[in-house]
Amino acid sequence: MATVGERVSGLDSLRGTTPAKPHDARAIAALAANPGCARRALMDGAGVDKDAAARHLGFPAPFGQSPFAITRGNAFEALVKADGCAELLRLLRDVLRLPIDEVAYQDVQNVGAHLRHAHTRTLFDRAARGEQGTLYDHPLLSLKIAGHTAFLEPDVVAFQHGGRFHIVEIKSFAVIDGQADPASVSAAARQAAVYVLALRTLLEELGHDPLLVAHDVVLVCPENFANRPMATLVDVRRQLAVLKRQLARMTSIDRLLAELPEGVSFDLLPGEDGAPTRSAEALAEAIQQVSARYAPDCLSTCDLCFFCRDEARRDGASDQLGRQVRDELGGVATVEEALALADGLREPAPGQEEIARLLRDAERLRRECLA
Amino acid sequence: MSILTSLARLRAIKEGVAQPIATVRHCHLGRRPMVFVPLRLSGEAAAPLAVMLGTDRDAPELLVVAQPRNRDLRFAFTAELARVLLPYVESFLGQSETVEKKNADPYQRALDAPQLLLPNPSGVAFTRLLGRSTRFRRPDGPYPVPAEVPLLGRWLTYFAERAAHPGSSLTLAATEELGRHWASGQSGLEDANLAALLGWISPPPGRTGPQAAQEAEDPLIWPPAGPATDPGFDAEVLAPAIESGTVERVTEALRTQLAPTWRLMWQAVDLLRALPEGASVATRWESDRGSFSMMAEQVAEGAPPQARRDGAVAAASRLSRMERAQAAFEVQRAYDDPLVMAEYRLTGEAFAGEVIETDPEHTEGEGRSRKLRPVVLVKTDDPVRLSPGATLGTPDRRGQAAQLVDVSDGLVTLKITKGMGRGRTPAPGSVPEPGERVCYTSLTDDFQGSAALPDRDATPWTHGGPPQEYVPNDEDAQEEWA
Ligand code: SF4
Repeated sequence: MATVGERVSGLDSLRGTTPAKPHDARAIAALAANPGCARRALMDGAGVDKDAAARHLGFPAPFGQSPFAITRGNAFEALVKADGCAELLRLLRDVLRLPIDEVAYQDVQNVGAHLRHAHTRTLFDRAARGEQGTLYDHPLLSLKIAGHTAFLEPDVVAFQHGGRFHIVEIKSFAVIDGQADPASVSAAARQAAVYVLALRTLLEELGHDPLLVAHDVVLVCPENFANRPMATLVDVRRQLAVLKRQLARMTSIDRLLAELPEGVSFDLLPGEDGAPTRSAEALAEAIQQVSARYAPDCLSTCDLCFFCRDEARRDGASDQLGRQVRDELGGVATVEEALALADGLREPAPGQEEIARLLRDAERLRRECLA
Repeated sequence: MSILTSLARLRAIKEGVAQPIATVRHCHLGRRPMVFVPLRLSGEAAAPLAVMLGTDRDAPELLVVAQPRNRDLRFAFTAELARVLLPYVESFLGQSETVEKKNADPYQRALDAPQLLLPNPSGVAFTRLLGRSTRFRRPDGPYPVPAEVPLLGRWLTYFAERAAHPGSSLTLAATEELGRHWASGQSGLEDANLAALLGWISPPPGRTGPQAAQEAEDPLIWPPAGPATDPGFDAEVLAPAIESGTVERVTEALRTQLAPTWRLMWQAVDLLRALPEGASVATRWESDRGSFSMMAEQVAEGAPPQARRDGAVAAASRLSRMERAQAAFEVQRAYDDPLVMAEYRLTGEAFAGEVIETDPEHTEGEGRSRKLRPVVLVKTDDPVRLSPGATLGTPDRRGQAAQLVDVSDGLVTLKITKGMGRGRTPAPGSVPEPGERVCYTSLTDDFQGSAALPDRDATPWTHGGPPQEYVPNDEDAQEEWA
């Protein structure tokens, strides 16, 4: 087993001279999206800027954000946090039963950036010792991902005097008549789980009980069609478990690293102006040395999706049609193979007899009905 | 998805063009459908930006909100929308038929009904929210709105809710209907892009399906079919246009985003219309017409708008209604379409084959209870997984029922047990002849009646007790719409 130091240097050399892209909570949450993908695990582990790589490869990621959505998100957060988080306090009193008199507001952002993390540690240490119950705006947490420190900024952390820390996430998607878009809610929960884990890690380092951080996070969203915020407690234990499992797996990066052929690098070789000087073909070749595990879900979770989809299509992989089809095909990996089985042009391999029979029957029926 | 559909997807990849997975059309397509393509302001739950709509492909109407954050303009937009949509809806109320029902009062059913065609399910979801944000408004009081607005809200809500009812054709999402009839060579996720799906189904000359689908993912060539807009368009075109404050500029910008989808919608209509209609489609449309007439009557009688949420009993009965509709829809599709029936043949719940021998005058019982029970021997290649005694139906003779007697080595013996009439000899054509191709299945369309649910007044306390009748209040009417 490699030491942490060896691993980090192995990963760093994979990235080469390109500056590491710091992980934010969304990126860390996305690590759990396709846990079986070695390509992603290595690139993320090495801090490769996948978005830049995808652009350079000629397959830019399809994840634009509308300026209207950004404005709306910022405006809503500003509203919730206006006047020292007055609105937020009102909501928290309700949902966490925070006593009225217990209000101390700390805006950690007002501290110089480089001091923020240290300052956050001090503040949380004091809170955990029971010296203060309060709201912390823009604290800066950290989490080690494959040897690299990622800095994380939850919107707000609330601390009940004598009670627990609660991560507060402010999101601008609406809750209408008690219902919100399920995809948005689960994305928010995955992200919040990253903060919970980071804060628990911090408390543990400081010698406090990590379980002082509640697994219930507070989700603040606009209610119905107005701008009025409402708060809901969301249990993120499941997301937390998935995240921990995935982070633990990141250590199996050792094995992935060891399997890499000598000299493989994902370096973009940025020139003076930061623009990549490496040829796109060379980069593509290097990336293809690491096996991927494309699924259509990648289209909403990974910057490399168009590149990997193109690869899956060129390979004629049945993965390109989605997990459901792949399962239906009983693991027959390519389009050619499945069709050859259906057409009876190929002898089923051991274990494929059942799926081959099904495919042949299906083909017979399709022909009969479409004749 | 089934193995048949998966196989069709594989074949589509190989052939470079989508493959049929239905031989008939399973939805109703009216003579005058209303194509309805809405756009929403990004980042907002229900702020309308524009809608292109109409019943004439050559004359779409384009309505826009030139300043989407302005509440007055937004209500003016919904009022305009009402002025287009409500006359369309009401135009179907003129002609109706009287329907007699056992143990119930006769009622009036419209001879035809309106039909809303949207690009995709998110468009339907947005329509529901648009309905939700307008149906409680009032023409009087502190924040008055034009009188048509709340009425529009009720109809939009109705159409969106009806879209969730299996087999209903009052509101259709084009991607879903196309996906029910063709298998593309891409994933279901990617099929949600109308342009890409149509690219696979009918690629333009000189292009393969995958090439057309790839092109469809470029928002500069094919803007998204809504309700979300392309973020690049928002940043580079729409934001400056709104900023400029010129209505024409905003309108023309939005037209560029909607016109391509408008053409795709009519292409989808043409493709679906070209398929022959399934035998049960008219029956399902009949219940759509009934449902539409009922809704119209409620509106006319001044019933309150649909509640924000269903009570416990209403929710349970809605669920049970939907489950029954779903089951019936599945059976009807199989009966109407050999390619759908093939799914059941593959799993052994149905079989097809050739009649090799019959005993048409076979009888059972003596004297007065003597009954005609013709026996039929069918040879099949299908993997039959049915047990003796199973009740069977057949798409070829829908009034009949049969019973499975024996299965062995691809030979199935069955006897016809229902629908033979009282005669001593079978009516001509009622028993299949040797040499005829037949299909029998254990799927049948006679479901148990509705589940026994308590009246709403008897809702148990565990479910909140009898719900209060939903009476929209002032707060509903004045709800902010930021
Ligand atoms: S897009 Fe490629 S790299 Fe990213 S998770 Fe999917 S398969 Fe892995």
